[in-house]
Amino acid sequence: MTRRARLIFFAVAVAGLAAVLGVGLASLPSFGSQTSAYARMLNEVAPVQRHVTDVVSAINFDYRGIDTLFEEFILLATVAGISVVLRPLSDETRQLPKDKAPDRAIPPPSPAVWLLSVFLSSLLLLVGLETVTHGTLTPGGGFQGGVILASAFYVVYLGTNYRTVERFQPPLLLEAADGVGASGYVFIGLLGLLAGTDFLSNVIGLGAAGNLLSGGTIWALNIVVGAEVAGGFAILASEFLDQTAVIRTRPRSGEHR
Amino acid sequence: MSEALIAVALVWVAASGTAVVLTRDPLRQAFTAGFFGLALAFLYLSLQSGDVALSQIVVGAIALPLIVLLSLAKVRKDRE
Repeated sequence: MTRRARLIFFAVAVAGLAAVLGVGLASLPSFGSQTSAYARMLNEVAPVQRHVTDVVSAINFDYRGIDTLFEEFILLATVAGISVVLRPLSDETRQLPKDKAPDRAIPPPSPAVWLLSVFLSSLLLLVGLETVTHGTLTPGGGFQGGVILASAFYVVYLGTNYRTVERFQPPLLLEAADGVGASGYVFIGLLGLLAGTDFLSNVIGLGAAGNLLSGGTIWALNIVVGAEVAGGFAILASEFLDQTAVIRTRPRSGEHR
Repeated sequence: MSEALIAVALVWVAASGTAVVLTRDPLRQAFTAGFFGLALAFLYLSLQSGDVALSQIVVGAIALPLIVLLSLAKVRKDRE
């Protein structure tokens, strides 16, 4: 393609994009305008219909629960894909780096770092559990809380070393949390079918709005999503950490690396 | 008041987003991307969407830098 043809192609594409974008932008609500009619309606009906104080959770896990189901499986597929891509290849091997100076011990992390990571990891665990379980009451929920829970593992790694963090996160447990969490979403959806209504209908007792156990399936779905996301992000981190720490190219025979 | 807050957040997002593009070194880019994520979280918060802001904070502050930094460490280790 010559330079001239490319410029013509670019001009046509820019004109088309500008026209479509202009039409789209023209019908946007004005800057600083109030919430849409849909948002106002949901703000009114959600606390009454679903007994939740965080309307966003009601939208994500109830009114549009099927969208979140697909998002959960996107995350599951991503984590599975990364595990496959980052496996040890045929010319790679898993081993801890060889200590090149066995007479000199590796200094442990400073007491300040160690203390901070002990404090932070327990705090993150608590905040993560709080965020997952209070999804129906305050901003937050399974996804956000799950990532916070997984980050507690990273802090353990910062304060100690690779071997310690491996002991804290057995792969079987993480994979089970990821899989059970994802399938748990489907099973809670099936409860609706068992009750004789639609898939993902809110059929569990709703409880009183403002209580910890309220919102019916919204609360339960937050728990399973929290388990899935925590497991998924911890697997993600450990796969990347394995690549950096223990997966190395297998030395060829007769060649020293 | 809230309109001024949204305007500040939008300018902050534009400035830090440009900074991410203009940073050439991937290691430094991880940090500018962190600030960009913070700006986005502030924008979502100024638009009163606390849930999205929380998601942005956990992804932008925990997941993204971790993956970028560990990938950089792996690439450097392979070069040695």
